[in-house]
Amino acid sequence: MAVLSALHGFVAGIGASVLSLFRATGALVLFAAQAILHIFTPPYYGREILRQMLRIGYFSLPVVGLTALFTGAVLALQIYIGGSRFNAEGVVASIVAIGIVRELGPVLGGLMVAGRVSASIAAELGTMRVTEQIDALTTLSTNPFKYLVAPRILAGVLTMPILVAVADTIGIMGGFLVGVNRLNFNASTYIANTVDFLQAGDIISGLIKASVFGFIITLLGCYHGYNSGRGAQGVGTATTNAVVSASVLILAANYILTEVFFST
Amino acid sequence: MKPKIELRDVHKSFGPKHVLRGVDLSVQKSESMVIIGGSGTGKSITIKSVLGLIKPDKGEVWVDDIRADKARGKQRDILLNKFGMLFQGGALFDSLKVWENVAFRMRRRMSAGDARDVAIEKLRRVGLGPENADLFPAELSGGMQKRVGLARAIADDPEIIFFDEPTTGLDPIMSDVINDLIREVVVEMGATALTITHDMTSVRKIADKVAMLHNGVIQWTGPVDDLDTCGDPYIDQFIHGRAEGPIEALR
Repeated sequence: MAVLSALHGFVAGIGASVLSLFRATGALVLFAAQAILHIFTPPYYGREILRQMLRIGYFSLPVVGLTALFTGAVLALQIYIGGSRFNAEGVVASIVAIGIVRELGPVLGGLMVAGRVSASIAAELGTMRVTEQIDALTTLSTNPFKYLVAPRILAGVLTMPILVAVADTIGIMGGFLVGVNRLNFNASTYIANTVDFLQAGDIISGLIKASVFGFIITLLGCYHGYNSGRGAQGVGTATTNAVVSASVLILAANYILTEVFFST
Repeated sequence: MKPKIELRDVHKSFGPKHVLRGVDLSVQKSESMVIIGGSGTGKSITIKSVLGLIKPDKGEVWVDDIRADKARGKQRDILLNKFGMLFQGGALFDSLKVWENVAFRMRRRMSAGDARDVAIEKLRRVGLGPENADLFPAELSGGMQKRVGLARAIADDPEIIFFDEPTTGLDPIMSDVINDLIREVVVEMGATALTITHDMTSVRKIADKVAMLHNGVIQWTGPVDDLDTCGDPYIDQFIHGRAEGPIEALR
């Protein structure tokens, strides 16, 4: 009897978790659909969009730039060590460029921005929820989705590709600095190898990824903040959930997008 | 006379907790109604139901000829344009300056300069000088934040104003100042006011009529002058702040 009861509890626990997962997924999809609808319908809050672009893009530049610089540098060293095992040290420049532009620039940039921006959006909106500022917006005839959510998501989608383009450049420069100063490559040969082997598709696929990651980061920041629980603990949980879910979704979306680009 | 605001048999539950169990309430035009009741009795839920911030499970909410609990799109915009609200904690937008908070609603149809002028005039109306206009809410004291919240609530001359615990967290003198201001602006504007509070000094200063919310229903409603003589045991216990009586107090 006790075994049966324990088994029942175990199965019920799995069922509850699955239901909870579907409920959360459904709520997120509805939230996203509503946000997209508000992005494409007036009124538009231009000043808010610009403010968010500055916050998400410009102010993330130092952390994303530094990440890209060191990643490019490490990549150059690792490829040199690996390549030297089968006399392929010459591919350092092209592999650094392709690796940064196609994969590491958008993914690491996305993860860094997820930590910085997703958390900050969730904390801000969560605090606004707790202090009734979101209710106040409604009573002032302003749709919170239009004023808070749509500008943040639009800013994320538009600024992430620019941010990643800058990060790609800095990352390649990191590889160049190590390649020329540490591995004794000829500077002009290194640049020529970078330019010759890099294709437009590499750059475009990376920038599309960045845009999708920008959507994920801002959407999850907004979703968790907007639906934050009460009090400091509620805001803290929303912030943590925003960063964790955005990071996991970025990695999952990266695989799906890479498969799509790989097939085309 | 047709009420300005009317709630008919409004129910609201959160999981197993039945907060509103059939609230019936009418507020006439230009009347100042105060809802009293203990903490957690559903006073805030009641006014949020009128504003459409919370959807009742059952019942009807009417504001003029609009069914507020069903209003969508343009009708909801028309409805919300009738309201101003002073929130318990002020709910001022941290990222905006004081004048931008006050002029928030007007910015869509006015230039920044004109909206700022109107905001400064409204700030003056609540006793704040123009030197406060460019400060951020975090730079103000609690009493000043309440005044800014009041200025924002009256900024667009709404037909209906809601006050959620207007004196909570204020010292007695500042509470009196806010009560006087509320009474003045409501009378001056001819607005319909709905206030929720458990501060009896506020009730006696602000109210024309009082409604007592307990156990999810309106237990008693009547003119403020009848409060002391109505003989209702709930009112009697509440206004005298007694632990003994029909309202159970947790110990």
